[in-house]
Amino acid sequence: MKLTDISGTFGQWLSGTGPLAEVVLSSRIRLARNLAGHRFVNRCTSEEKAQILETLREVLLSIELTEERFFVEIDQASDLTRSFLVERHLISRHHAMGKGPRGAVIAKGEYFTGMINEEDHLRLQVLMSGCQLGRCAELINQIDDMIERRVEYAFHPRFGYLTACPTNVGTGIRVSVMLHLPCLKMVGHLDRFLNAARDMNLAVRGLFGEGTEAIGDLYQVSNQVTLGVSEQDLVRQSEQNIIPEIVEYENAARRKLLADQQETIDDKIARATALLQSAQLVSSHEALTLLSHLRLGISMRRCLGASTPAIDRLCGLFGHDPCKDTKAIEVLNRLLLTTLPAHLQLNYGKALETYQRDALRAKIIRAALGGGS
Amino acid sequence: MHCQICKKNAATIHLTEISEGHRTELHLCESCAIQQGIAAKTHISVKDLLAGLLASQPSEEELFGPEVADKACPVCGFRITSLNKEGLMGCPHDYEVFEDVLVLILERAHDGKSRHIGKVPSRAGQGTKRALELARLKEQLKAAVRDEQYELAARLRDQIQQLEGKCQGGMPS
Repeated sequence: MKLTDISGTFGQWLSGTGPLAEVVLSSRIRLARNLAGHRFVNRCTSEEKAQILETLREVLLSIELTEERFFVEIDQASDLTRSFLVERHLISRHHAMGKGPRGAVIAKGEYFTGMINEEDHLRLQVLMSGCQLGRCAELINQIDDMIERRVEYAFHPRFGYLTACPTNVGTGIRVSVMLHLPCLKMVGHLDRFLNAARDMNLAVRGLFGEGTEAIGDLYQVSNQVTLGVSEQDLVRQSEQNIIPEIVEYENAARRKLLADQQETIDDKIARATALLQSAQLVSSHEALTLLSHLRLGISMRRCLGASTPAIDRLCGLFGHDPCKDTKAIEVLNRLLLTTLPAHLQLNYGKALETYQRDALRAKIIRAALGGGS
Repeated sequence: MHCQICKKNAATIHLTEISEGHRTELHLCESCAIQQGIAAKTHISVKDLLAGLLASQPSEEELFGPEVADKACPVCGFRITSLNKEGLMGCPHDYEVFEDVLVLILERAHDGKSRHIGKVPSRAGQGTKRALELARLKEQLKAAVRDEQYELAARLRDQIQQLEGKCQGGMPS
C-alpha cells in the first residue's frame, strides 16, 4: 500500500456519520510518547534520529492491527506530498516542516497515524467522524499498549509520560474535535464561545491547528491540561459535557436564526449555491467559506427539519433526501478537503499554478453540485 | 453585572469552574476578589508562562537560586534557561535533575497540578503503580469532599489508608 492509494479515496473520518455530526466533523485523540534512554528530538543528532525512526517504524508496522499500514519517509517526501498529508490531517505542520530523519506510519482508512520524530519521538493519532472520543480513546489505548510491549517509554513516577514540551507531560494526551460553527458567528456569539472555552482550559484553533485561522467556520477545540487528570476523565468530560454543550449553543443559534431571520440564512445558502454552481475560478479560501454555508444548509435540514426555498433547492441538487442519509454531508466534507491546493495537484498528477488550481477547483465543485463542466 | 458580594461595584473578575460536570460561576469586583483571596485566573500561553517565570526580572538566579541557574543536565547539557529560549526540555533525565523547579512551572501550566494520575506503563514497577494509584485516589477524595459526596469520600479514605498501609509495609514508593 502506498500514498497514491489514499489520495483518491477518503478515510472514515470524513463520512459525516457518528453522534452530533451536524456540528462535529471529526474527533481526534493524540498521545505524545518518548523512548527511554534517548534525548528528545530537538537535541538528537541525525544518527540518533535515524535509529529512533528505524525502531519505531518497525514496531508501528508490525503491531497486530487488522488494517494495513504504510510508511512515508517525511524527510525524503516532496513538498507536495507533505502538504497533502497536512491537509489530510495525517501529519502536523510541525512534522512537515521539521528537520532530519522523520516519518509517518499511516493505516488504511486513515483512522490511525504514528508520527515519528515530530516534537516527541512518537505522536500517535486516532481520527474518527462525528463525536466519538470514547471510541478513539479505547483504540489509541490499545495501540499504545501494543507498542509499549515492544519499547520502553520515558516515564517518571511523579510526572508521568515525559515529553519534550512540559505542557504535554503527564498523560501526553490531546483530546480534540473539529467543529463547524457558522451560526454562532452569525448571531455574534463567537466571543462568548471563545471566552467560555478559555475558562474551561480549552484551546481553540483554526482548521490546521496551532497558529491557523478559522476558515470555513471550522474550529478545533482541545484540552490544554495534560497533568493531574486521568485520560478517562478528560475524554468523558469532553464527550459528555463540553462538546454537547458547544453543539447545543450552535444549534440554538441555528434555530434562532431560522425562526427570526430566515432570510439571513437563506441568503447565505442561496448565494453560496449559485456562486459555486456557476463560478469559473474559485480560490481555496472562497471555497471553504461557501462550502461551509452549503454544509450548514444540509445539516439544518437533517437535524432541524428546516425547509426554506434555498435549503429545498440545495437539497434537490443531491438528488435524494438528506434527512435520510449522510451522503450530502459526506460529499461536502470531502469537497472541503479535495479542493485544497495539495489535494488538487496530487489528484491532477502535477504541480499547478494558482490560476489553474482555481479553475480546477471551480470545475470539481460544479460537477459535485450537478452543474456539469 | 454587579459584584455578587458587595452588590455595588461592577464585576470585573469572572470565575467559571467546571468539575465532574458541575459548572459554578462567580462574578466579583476586584476589591472583593482580593478580600476573598481569589486571584483572577486568565489564560496564559506556554511562552508567556515560561517567559513570566524565567524573564530577566527577576533573574533565574534570583528566582531559583544560583545552584539551579548554574546546574546543567549531565546527560544532555540542558539548563533551565534553555526552556525559556526553546520552550523544550532536552532529555527525560532533565525531569529528575530539575524536579523542584519543574513542579512550579508545571503547576502554572496544568491548572495547579504537578502529579500524574493517569495511565501507567505496564512495565513500571509495583512501587510506581501503587504511588500513582494513591495520588489518583487522593484527587478523587478531594473532588468527593468538594461535591459533598461524603459516602464516596469515606470509601475513598478507607482505600487510601489501606494502600498507604501496604506502601509502608516495605514497598518502595
